[in-house]
Amino acid sequence: MQAAIEVRDLTKKYEEGLAGTLALRGVDLDVHAGEMLMLMGPSGSGKTTLLSIMGCILTASSGSVRVAGREVVGLREKDLPALRLAHIGFVFQGFNLFPTLSAEENVELMLDLKGVSAAKSKKRAQELLEQVGLGEKYASFPADLSGGQKQRVAIARALAGDPGIILADEPTAALDSHTGRNVMEMMSELAHKRGRAVVIVTHDSRVVSFADRIVKIEDGMVAAPEVEMVPAGMLVQSVGQSAVSVV
Amino acid sequence: MPPLAQRNLFHDKVRLTVTLTGIVFSVVLIVVQLGLFLGFTTATSGLIDHSGADLWVTSKNVPYVEQGTAFSERKLNQVRATPGVADAQKIIAHWTQWKRHDGGQDSVQVVGINVDDRLEQPWNLVEGRVEDLKAPDAVILDELYKQKLGVSRVGEVFEIGGYRARVVGFTRGIRSFTTSPYVFTSFKNAQDFTNMREDQTLFILVKVAKGADVEQVRRELLARVKEVEVLKTAEFSRMTTFYWMFTTGAGVAVLIAAVLGLVVGFVVVAQTIYATTMDHIREYGTLKAMGAPNSYVYKVIMKQAAISAVIGYALGMIVSLFVVQGSQKGGAAILMPPSMAAGMFFVTLFMCVGAALVSINKVTHIDPAMVFKG
Repeated sequence: MQAAIEVRDLTKKYEEGLAGTLALRGVDLDVHAGEMLMLMGPSGSGKTTLLSIMGCILTASSGSVRVAGREVVGLREKDLPALRLAHIGFVFQGFNLFPTLSAEENVELMLDLKGVSAAKSKKRAQELLEQVGLGEKYASFPADLSGGQKQRVAIARALAGDPGIILADEPTAALDSHTGRNVMEMMSELAHKRGRAVVIVTHDSRVVSFADRIVKIEDGMVAAPEVEMVPAGMLVQSVGQSAVSVV
Repeated sequence: MPPLAQRNLFHDKVRLTVTLTGIVFSVVLIVVQLGLFLGFTTATSGLIDHSGADLWVTSKNVPYVEQGTAFSERKLNQVRATPGVADAQKIIAHWTQWKRHDGGQDSVQVVGINVDDRLEQPWNLVEGRVEDLKAPDAVILDELYKQKLGVSRVGEVFEIGGYRARVVGFTRGIRSFTTSPYVFTSFKNAQDFTNMREDQTLFILVKVAKGADVEQVRRELLARVKEVEVLKTAEFSRMTTFYWMFTTGAGVAVLIAAVLGLVVGFVVVAQTIYATTMDHIREYGTLKAMGAPNSYVYKVIMKQAAISAVIGYALGMIVSLFVVQGSQKGGAAILMPPSMAAGMFFVTLFMCVGAALVSINKVTHIDPAMVFKG
């Protein structure tokens, strides 16, 4: 079965000064529907760069990235938003909710981008908030919500576009362990019960038990080429012969 | 579309107040300056525009109505004998001195007319009748200048150019562009007041016969009457307006002030919308990361500009109406016809939308990857 995201020989070079900086080099990676993949590693290791390229936010310098079967390397900048809108939902560390919109309106915004009518948007937004356990909070504004509630609104918003791929950047970093666990359970459900391909960038070791697969990225290099066994049968996998380097 | 534009705009009330203040200031300044310009142009050419004539016969090289030079009144017969002329009357419009009861003197422009004819009669009378000018020494002036000339009521007697003058009526709204008010009187009185010879006149007004071609009559007059210029009313009006508004620089000054008002409004709105955009830059980055095209983001910003324009325009118009109303009793009227009020809406909208382009440029270059920075 075709992977939701296929990365082959991916290279990313930031043009800075005369020489430039190689952030990713020759990365190979597949992400499948129904699995939760974690990209782990310390700050500055290149995992967010990789996530950004998979999310069609940054462009690759070379290699191949196929998202939902479509090659994105070489696409024009102005073609990328439509791809993101169609296939990808984002969950951010800082929640990135719109503070002047209510929880319901935050979700409706995504539906509006998809061209859904106002009446249908309202109904669908309420449904999604119910699904993430915030049915009674639809009229609340982000300032009135806890960190966990905000992240759940963000998840509802990410789902509103009905994407096949969910990309989350440090979704539990701003949350306590209990709340973080709740959020991770929700993300796990997205992958295992709703069949989404979920990629989570994290350096929070508390959440590793939720992963189907973990790819370690460290100081720009894979930690070790050998396969490591982790508790609960989790698989830590390098990216094979390729190395990920960081500036 | 969820109300992101409106909410962001009204969220920061201080900044919104600054934005609206800038727009109101700009609207009022532009309205006042353009209104003054309109008022001035109306005042400069009012005498010509209200004359009822189709053509003005003047001495050669008369650049504006206040610069008439005397010529023989016998030319009136030549004018009347020209084919196509239905009516022709001599008139005088010239400066002289008005002496107040306290002994002080003021410059006035005496307008001498044939009281029995319709041409160049005073308009908007609020007291007295035009026929009252038939009485000896009778004069009619505008109520605006009562205080300036020391007049309090009909019947009072003054001195003009050394001759007795009796006030028989008042008009309303007949302004002079200069500081010298118009004083209407009979042609004979005007000759006395201005020390003009009995066989002279300054202008001859011509009413063309029904169905006759004005230009044709004009050419006929030029061919038949020597040593004169014959101007269509509209042309003479334009010449007079142009002299006072542009040759003297008065009009240019108010137009420059109007443009400055536009610039000030533009700068204030650009600055505040830009500041609002920068405050919400992360949200715009999130919108783009979610997959919003640039046009969606532009719509949010433009909506903010348009809302600001509508509210600012409404408030500006309210203030302007008060200013316009208050100016009616003053020496310089500020005019605001409905077309100008409507036009100001589009000027305001253009100003605000144009100012928002600065912010548009900023959000166009947002890197959506910024949303990953915590």
